[in-house]
Amino acid sequence: MSRRSFVVERLRKEKMKELLAKGQRLDGRGMTDYRPLTISTSVVSKAEGSAQVHLGNTAVIAGVKVALDRPYRDTPDRGNLIVNAEILPLASPYVELGPPDENAIELARVVDRGIRESGMVDMSKLVLRPGELVYSIFVDINVLNADGNLFDAASYAAVAALATARIPEYSLPEGSSTPTPTGNRIPLPVTGLPVSMTAAKIGDYVLYDPTEEEEAVMDTRLTMVFTEDGICALQKGGSGGWSPAEVVKLVEEAFAKAKEIRGEIRRMLGIGGQAEAAQGSGA
Amino acid sequence: MGKLIDESGRRTDGRGPHEMRPLKLEVGILKNADGSAYIELGRNKIVAAVYGPKEVHPRHLTLPDRMLIKCRYHMSPFSVEERKPPQPSRREIEISKVMREALEAAIITDQYPRTALDIFVEVLESDGGSRGASITAASLALANAGIPMRDLVAACAVGKVDGQIVLDLSDVEDKEGEVDMPVAYMPNLDRITLLQMDGKLTIDEFKAALDLALRGCRQLYEAQRRALYDHYFSSAQQEVSK
Repeated sequence: MSRRSFVVERLRKEKMKELLAKGQRLDGRGMTDYRPLTISTSVVSKAEGSAQVHLGNTAVIAGVKVALDRPYRDTPDRGNLIVNAEILPLASPYVELGPPDENAIELARVVDRGIRESGMVDMSKLVLRPGELVYSIFVDINVLNADGNLFDAASYAAVAALATARIPEYSLPEGSSTPTPTGNRIPLPVTGLPVSMTAAKIGDYVLYDPTEEEEAVMDTRLTMVFTEDGICALQKGGSGGWSPAEVVKLVEEAFAKAKEIRGEIRRMLGIGGQAEAAQGSGA
Repeated sequence: MGKLIDESGRRTDGRGPHEMRPLKLEVGILKNADGSAYIELGRNKIVAAVYGPKEVHPRHLTLPDRMLIKCRYHMSPFSVEERKPPQPSRREIEISKVMREALEAAIITDQYPRTALDIFVEVLESDGGSRGASITAASLALANAGIPMRDLVAACAVGKVDGQIVLDLSDVEDKEGEVDMPVAYMPNLDRITLLQMDGKLTIDEFKAALDLALRGCRQLYEAQRRALYDHYFSSAQQEVSK
């Protein structure tokens, strides 16, 4: 996705820097403010789990589907997690039709990294027979309206869809080679909620949850994913750079802020602490 | 745990926690390229080449105010244990992107508007930390091509192995360790131009890891300078001493 006119972008950037110098953003937010976040779950009944996220004007929908498959050779005793993302052509005038480009691939891989490395889903519990048959959890993310900070919106959608998914349970008795559905629908073994936080730098100013307009003129970007007690994924983007002091300050600040957002997500998903999340509700 | 670092604090290849693998850098190794470099870091063997500034193809990609930077990170099928299909994987596409962004921060792109620059990196043998080594080599290739730059970019990976923060992950540490964090850094401008991480760290561990990564990058930067010096001046110096 790239905007065309560099003259307009230059003018916009100057205007933006003027405002930022006064501590203002074009949409009136403070530097660390997120846009209003809403999450609705179970929006697609044929998916095992689904969630639609609105972060300001950015809209993302994520769906979870499950299949039985062989485990990957290097993780014979764990289920498979496959995250894919598409920035749909209907999402913005700047999207080109075609297979996922580097932006969509990066988006999917960064969301994947946050979920995988946080240990959000205990993949070791998704095994029917080690080395032979495991659950494959597919998370497909569609960006419906691209207005900046796709990383956080996509991550919240994927996390919400996984946290509320109910997957068909299978059994594979000793000696049998065909798995049979038990008829039960079970929640995924969820251990906690990772929270993605993204900030952009424009000139000397650091602002959270950048809009498309802000991303178009940003120098650089940092996406951080936090667990309850630390950091589990990082991705720098954009063709500028961060000073080490800026990065350290940002990580500390965002870690504190992630706790607020985690609370907000929990409330919206109707789940309390970790234990409750792990049990799910009404399996 | 404890299988990657022994009781005396040695890693599987005998290094201490803050020690880098043996490094070899060479500048100007390909005749046709406008700039090129070669790096060996441990058993990593990587060639980087730069072509340009040149005309932009296709034309509609032309940037009216600056140079278009293109970057391809590619692993040879024989560079890893199990043959890697030659078509670019999702991993390679992502690395090509973050690498381009890491290097673009150093390039003064507005000196060559309406042109393109190709950066090609081929990993002949991969041994953990190949994206860092690729950036270190590509930065030298850019300098060798005479591309105007603000600084050199040096890059390495740090990680957490058996609970310890270590510098320059080897292949086995990358695969079996807890955390991998590649960092690219411009030492004179004090700017981080690539930062990725996967695995769990506390905030204090992250700070220690970042600190160690920057130390590694400064060490690599000195080696980059020496490689450039050797390429451009050592032969001239020999002439003088005769």
